[in-house]
Amino acid sequence: MNGFAVQPVDALLIIPALSALILAFLSGYRLTSRINLISSGAVFLFAVALLFSRPAADNYLFVDDLNVVFVVLSTFIGFTTSAYSASYIGHEIEVGKLKPTHVRFYHAMYQSMMFAMNLALLANNIGLMWVAIEFATLTTVLMVGIYRTPEALEAAWKYFILGSVGIALALFGTILVYMSAEPVLGEGYDAMVWTSLMRHAAAFSPRLLNVAFVFLMLGYGTKVGLVPMHAWLPDAHAEGPTPISAVLSGLLLNVALYAVLRFKMLLAANAAAIAPGPLMIALGLASLIFAGFMLYRRDDIKRLFAYSSIEHMGIITFAFGMGGPLANFAGLLHMTMHSLTKSAIFFAVGHIAQVKGTQKIANIRGLTESHPVLGWGLVAGVMAIAGLPPFGVFMSEFLVVSSTFARQPLLAIPLAFGLLVAFGALLLRVIGLAFGEPSDSFGEVEASIVPLFLHLALVLLMGIWLEPHIAVWFQNVAGMLG
Amino acid sequence: MGTLAFDVAHLFAGGLVLISFMLLYQDRMTGLINIFALHAVVLSLSVAWQAYVQHSPHLFLTAAIAIIFKATIIPLSLQRIMVRLRIHRDIEVVGGVGVTMLLGICLVALSLVVILPATAAADPLAREDVAFALSVVLLGLLMMVTRRNAISQVIGFMSLENGLILAATGAKGMPLVVEISVAFSVLIAFIVIGIFLFRIRERFDTVDVQELDRVRGGGR
Repeated sequence: MNGFAVQPVDALLIIPALSALILAFLSGYRLTSRINLISSGAVFLFAVALLFSRPAADNYLFVDDLNVVFVVLSTFIGFTTSAYSASYIGHEIEVGKLKPTHVRFYHAMYQSMMFAMNLALLANNIGLMWVAIEFATLTTVLMVGIYRTPEALEAAWKYFILGSVGIALALFGTILVYMSAEPVLGEGYDAMVWTSLMRHAAAFSPRLLNVAFVFLMLGYGTKVGLVPMHAWLPDAHAEGPTPISAVLSGLLLNVALYAVLRFKMLLAANAAAIAPGPLMIALGLASLIFAGFMLYRRDDIKRLFAYSSIEHMGIITFAFGMGGPLANFAGLLHMTMHSLTKSAIFFAVGHIAQVKGTQKIANIRGLTESHPVLGWGLVAGVMAIAGLPPFGVFMSEFLVVSSTFARQPLLAIPLAFGLLVAFGALLLRVIGLAFGEPSDSFGEVEASIVPLFLHLALVLLMGIWLEPHIAVWFQNVAGMLG
Repeated sequence: MGTLAFDVAHLFAGGLVLISFMLLYQDRMTGLINIFALHAVVLSLSVAWQAYVQHSPHLFLTAAIAIIFKATIIPLSLQRIMVRLRIHRDIEVVGGVGVTMLLGICLVALSLVVILPATAAADPLAREDVAFALSVVLLGLLMMVTRRNAISQVIGFMSLENGLILAATGAKGMPLVVEISVAFSVLIAFIVIGIFLFRIRERFDTVDVQELDRVRGGGR
């Protein structure tokens, strides 16, 4: 593939699809994990190329300032996670938790998921986007159930049922959006294409759009993991392989959120439709506060951070619900920071669970003494996710709170309360995990620490110094979101 | 043509809602599967009628998928799975038939109240279709909530999905309907026939979701 002979947009879809096909037939874990890594790396490079060369929109795919942010972020995390996954899965095979045939399946599904997510983000068509998100759900369901323990099967089953219901509601909303557009744009593709929908949104029937948005918000909101549709999320994170927990939190939730944001923009372009903000604010706050309290009662380390993901998706949804340039900017920044930090935490947690042979928080103590690198990595990650300076999450949370104070001071009270509750829980837990008398370890693991510290370094860097180009870019996107 | 097209479409869509109610109270596994097959047949007729009325031949493909895949292959495989799992016993309905039916009626009323005013400007055929479709979707959801058995939950989900296909074909000239129905079939094929039920069978000797709850890990 020589540079731009292949359009980067097509490459983003072709590479993972081809790799998935190849990986489905190859066995041998070293080779396949390397192919997985190379393919994810290539996809990331093409995603970066999108920043410079942008194809014209057609009926199926398009690239604009908004989805480029999501594409670059997801492919980056997809790439680092594939590096992490190589060492993690290697260890799982060694201890016999995974059979080689499962690994073949796992890698094929990993690439299929990357394909589906890129397709969902690049789709210029609400129907195509729906199909892609459905496909992404299916691939992750299969990966969550890969250990085939009763717990893993239950988690996968629950995820499948709730995810499918969410997806079904989203499709109903999608059909309603088409119906509202059809009288204006005529039958056929035009009434499903984002670019033409956005241009003509003002003329659509507002009442139909309102009903549609409720379905879309509940449907895609299930996939974002918003309370009260969150029940699948902790199980899926806890029982699947840890690289999948990392991509679920780092990518899949964002992709679903992207869909919500697109439809929010559509409603915002129609003056007579309801403002989508209040619904998003309510769901966001509910998620934040509920998850904040639930954090105190977790006894499983992966469940703990899964609830933390619900909390942060709540903050992000809240910020986008507030709207306006500053809150949208804060929401985008927070989404980026959360994806990077949370996947870093899962990188650490996965190896920790492997060396300790357990995910129970009560049985993991004194990590900084027994495994200084992983232990301090986890401490740094938790510091970052809890929102302590100088990490980037602090800055974005600060922006969310201050923009809320400026516009809706009353809403800032529950927001700050939720943040403090979650902060306390995380700090309490990490002290127990990281310090004190070390608990027993079971064997060593060849940890891949590069992805972990790369993510943390990025979060730290963006907390101290936000690169001006990125800042300007995010400001533009924030303006677009309205 | 106008009123006939309308009336026939109405008949099929209304029939679908009625069969959804039959699914709600059916408490024997074999009966449930047969009624689901009937559901799929009516859906297929309705889609075929829309294909004819709207002059969109690609919808015949969706109708074919419904009749071949949903009305034939899926019920047959479910029967086989049932025989293998030896679950010919009655299935428990949570809350009792009367309450469930009343809830179902409320849901149908709800969908009429939500959809009809919102679509006042739309084509009358499409709007009635969508109102019926939402009823089928909500009844499917209700069935998924009230049933504890994995197979009946899947049937609930499939009836829900039939409602979505009804809505998609009712929306005039909507593109990608065929692709969407294929995507759904893939989803169902993967989960229903395949891996999941077998694996659950492997591990639990039952497909009762309450059993799954029993073994779930602590602390949530």
